[in-house]
Amino acid sequence: MVSLFTMEGLSGLLFFCFIGLTLAGAVVATNARSLIRSVAGLAICFLGVAGLYYYLNSPFVALMQILIYVGAVCVTIIFAVMLAGSSELKQLTRRNGLVGPLAILGSGILVFALAGLALKTEWLAAPCRVNRGTVEDLGQSLLTTYSMSFELISVVLLVAVVGSLVLARQGRDK
Amino acid sequence: MEILVLSNSLHTYLVIGALLFGIGIYGLVQRQTFIGMLISAELILGGASLNFMAFNRFLAPDPTVGQIFTLFIMAIAAAECAIALSIIIAVYRNYKSIDTEDVVDLQG
Repeated sequence: MVSLFTMEGLSGLLFFCFIGLTLAGAVVATNARSLIRSVAGLAICFLGVAGLYYYLNSPFVALMQILIYVGAVCVTIIFAVMLAGSSELKQLTRRNGLVGPLAILGSGILVFALAGLALKTEWLAAPCRVNRGTVEDLGQSLLTTYSMSFELISVVLLVAVVGSLVLARQGRDK
Repeated sequence: MEILVLSNSLHTYLVIGALLFGIGIYGLVQRQTFIGMLISAELILGGASLNFMAFNRFLAPDPTVGQIFTLFIMAIAAAECAIALSIIIAVYRNYKSIDTEDVVDLQG
């Protein structure tokens, strides 16, 4: 039994706020009529996910989530929306009416299967832990065990930046 | 009030991850613009990395693995977002539209 007005109770309440933020943001991101609103929903959803990461003992990943997703990805999408314009007002007229219910049905089945599987399985925890997963451990294993993947992902990012510049530059004088 | 200590159970995070994944799949099917589909794909990636973080916190013998995997997912998602947005802008320049049904030259 945990009372609401203790440290654990308040943190549990905050946890529910983060869950609500995540799910509400996701629903807004998929259902909003204008694209700008749906990007705002995505940002709210990722803020909630960052809060959940904080509850999972990893404040570094939570801050990275805010920095990369809310700060970079959402801003880039907003730039693209403003460059490409939004033409989704006409989309209500000419679409198959069956798409919405079928999408809800399909994703509902997926959620049901995944959640049922997660709840039914007997998860076994590891008997011991080799470290505590702090930022120091993270940096050490990033520069020793995973140094190759670290370098490779830098190359991937470089190639992506150059490739997106080349793609977006083509036919610019048209 | 047992419900207040839900943040300490693996199942909560797995169910939230599954919900994010499902909402992302729904948006991917239902959206009709490229940017809307990209936003839904980001939701799917968020659900996957939430699962990684939950397993990392509760089950993994080495609690840095999941965090590093999530960081890599973020980097891949940023690269994917940059590439997809530049493709969208190139498509918009040629077709004057970001609607998926206007770009159907190849359907034969």
